[in-house]
Amino acid sequence: MAVLLDRNTRLIVQGLTGKEGTFHAKQAAAYGTTVVGGVTPGKGGTTHEGWPVFNNVHDAMRETGANASVIFVPPPFAADAIMEATDAGMPLVVCITEGIPTVDMLKAMTFMHGTATRLIGPNCPGIITAGQGKAGIIPHNIVREGRIGIVSKSGTLTYEAIHQLSKVGMGQTTCIGIGGDPLIGTSHIDALKLFAADPDTEAVILIGEIGGTAEQEAADYIKREFTKPVVGFIAGQTAPPGRRMGHAGAIIAGGKGTAAEKMDALAQAGVHVATSPAEMGQKMREALGR
Amino acid sequence: MKIHEYQAKHVLARFGVPVPRGEVAFSPAEAADIAQRLGGALVVVKAQIHAGGRGKGGGVKLARSVEEAGQLAKQMIGMTLVTHQTGPEGRQVGRVLIEQGLEIERELYLSIVIDRAAACPVIIASAAGGMDIEEVAATSPEQILREYVNRGTGIVPFQARKLAFGMGLNAQAAGKLVKVLESVYRAFIETDAAMIEINPLILTKGGDLLALDAKVAFDDNALYRHPDLRELRDLAEEDPLEVEASKFSLNYIRLDGNIGCMVNGAGLAMATMDIIKLAGGEPANFLDVGGGANAEQIRNAFKILMSDKNVRAVLINIFGGILRCDVLAQGVIAAVQELGVPVPIVIRMEGTNVEEGKRMLRESQLNFTTADSMGEAAERVVALAGAGASH
Repeated sequence: MAVLLDRNTRLIVQGLTGKEGTFHAKQAAAYGTTVVGGVTPGKGGTTHEGWPVFNNVHDAMRETGANASVIFVPPPFAADAIMEATDAGMPLVVCITEGIPTVDMLKAMTFMHGTATRLIGPNCPGIITAGQGKAGIIPHNIVREGRIGIVSKSGTLTYEAIHQLSKVGMGQTTCIGIGGDPLIGTSHIDALKLFAADPDTEAVILIGEIGGTAEQEAADYIKREFTKPVVGFIAGQTAPPGRRMGHAGAIIAGGKGTAAEKMDALAQAGVHVATSPAEMGQKMREALGR
Repeated sequence: MKIHEYQAKHVLARFGVPVPRGEVAFSPAEAADIAQRLGGALVVVKAQIHAGGRGKGGGVKLARSVEEAGQLAKQMIGMTLVTHQTGPEGRQVGRVLIEQGLEIERELYLSIVIDRAAACPVIIASAAGGMDIEEVAATSPEQILREYVNRGTGIVPFQARKLAFGMGLNAQAAGKLVKVLESVYRAFIETDAAMIEINPLILTKGGDLLALDAKVAFDDNALYRHPDLRELRDLAEEDPLEVEASKFSLNYIRLDGNIGCMVNGAGLAMATMDIIKLAGGEPANFLDVGGGANAEQIRNAFKILMSDKNVRAVLINIFGGILRCDVLAQGVIAAVQELGVPVPIVIRMEGTNVEEGKRMLRESQLNFTTADSMGEAAERVVALAGAGASH
C-alpha cells in the first residue's frame, strides 16, 4: 500500500531537460519508477534520454497517462508550473524547487483551492515509497522496505531519518518531504492523515523545525485522533531568534516558533521526542518496544 | 531583506500611505538644513538602524529649533545605539531621519504578514499602538484584531471598517483607514514584502492617519524582480562575513562558538548545530551550502568558515541528495589543498555516490577525520576543538 506514490504511479518531470531534471529522472527510473516523459516549453515533440518531451502538461498527460508530476524548474517559473499541472488535473504534484517568491505561492495556492490536486512542497526533497518508486531527490540507496512513515520539513534530515531507521533494521513505507517554505501544499497533519489510513504504516517519524506553528497543530491532531506511535524531532534548538535559518520558513519571530515550544507540544501529545538528531532511529525502536 | 525606516516610508508613500514630511541626513549640517526646510519649529530626530526599541535607547529625540536638530544629529550620528533588539554590542548609527513633529490624538498598530496556516495575508491591527505588540498579544490578546485577506479580492472595504470600528475609530477616520489599508496591502503584494509593520499608525488631532514609524522587510526570494528595492540594502547593518557569504549564495549565519559547520540543507544544518551543543561544544556558525552546491561553492564556503578567527575545528556533515558526495569530496580536497586549512576537519557524509566520495578523501593523503554517524562526528569535532583551544 504505502501512501501517495506506488507501482501504479506514472511520473512526468516538468523541467526534464535541465541538469537536475535529467539527473533525477534517471535516478527515479533506476529505482524502478515509471517515468513516462517530461515537459519543457518549446521542446515539445523531441525526445530526451529516451523520454518524450511535451510543450505542456496537458499534452503530456493525454499522451502518457501520467498521474504524477515532479517539478524541477527554476524559481521564477515554478509557481506557474504548479498551476499548469493543477489545471491539467494532475492528481499529485511534487515541487522540488527552492526559492519561489511567497507571493507566487499565494497565487498558486489560490489557484489550487478546491481542485483535487495534491501539492507536495515546494522547497522539498519529494517523496519515496520504499521498493516502489520516487518523485524527487531522496537518495534511494539508503531506503529499505518496511513499516515506518516519515514526514519532514527538511530534506537532508529526512535522509538522516531514513538512514538511521535502515541501520537499526527498520524499513519505511513512504517518506514525505513537505518542504521548508512558509507556504506549502501538504502539512504535517495532511501527511499524518494519509499515514493513519495506511495499514502498512505502523509508526511515523515527524520532523519539524523552528518557525510557524505547524508542529503544534500536528501535536493537537495527534493528541485528538492519531493512534500510531510517533517519534518527533525539531531542528533549531540552538537557533538564534530573528534569524532566518536557511529555509524561508525557519525563523523565530517575536519569540514564537521556538524548538522548545514545539518539542513541548509534541511531548504532551504523547510523541516520543528525540532531543538529538542522531537518536531518531533508536527512539523509534524504543517506541515500538524493540 | 530589512530596510531602514525612512526607506520603508518612501516605499509606503509611493503606494499612497500617508507619512510625515521628512528626509534622511548623513551629517549634522544636512540635518539642520532639513529641519529648516520643515519649517524650523518642532522636528523629530530618529536614528536609523535595523532594530526596534530605538526610543528607549536614546535614538529618537525632539528638537525645538534648527540648531537643536543639528546638535541632536551630531550626537546620534556615529553613536552606538543599544536596544533590546541589537544585543549588547549595539549598532552604529550612520544616518538620521529628520521629520516634522505632529500632534498625536491616538496611536494605533497595523501590520501585514503571511499567515502560514490560512495560506493568505493577514492584517493585524490594535488600538494599543506604540507599544511592543508581542507584549500586547501576551497580556491583552483581545486587543489584537485580525482580518484575513482573500488573494482573489484583496482587502475589501468592510474588512477595513471592521478593524477601524474595532479600534474605536469614528466614521470619518474609518473611511481614511480603508484607504490606508488598501495602499498598505497593495504595497505588500507589489513589493513582495515579507512584513509591513506600522507602529504606531497615528490619528492626529486634525483627524489624519499617518504612519509615524514603519518597518518593511522584503521576501529575499523575490528580490530578483525588484532591482530598485535591492538598492535599499544597507551592508553596514549586516555582519561582514554574512555579506561575503551572500555573494556566493551561501546561507551563512555567524554565531559565537568555535566549531565551524558546513552542512547541506537547512534542517540538517540546524540539527548539526544542535548536536554540537548536545556534545558539549558551541557552533561557530550556521552554514547551508545548498542542494546544488559544486566544488567551487565548497571552496567559497571554506573561505568564509576560515575567515572566522574563532574557529578551532570544522565539522562537515553532508547527506547527499542533489549534492553528490563525490562532488563534495572533490571540493573539500581542492579547498584544503589551496587554502591550507590550519584546523582539524571532521567529515561525515552519506547518500548519493558516498563510496566514491569516501575513496577520494582516503586517497587525497590529507588529514581528515571521518565519522560514520552524526553523533560520532559531533563528539570527535568537540574533542578536537577543545584540544585545539588548549594549545
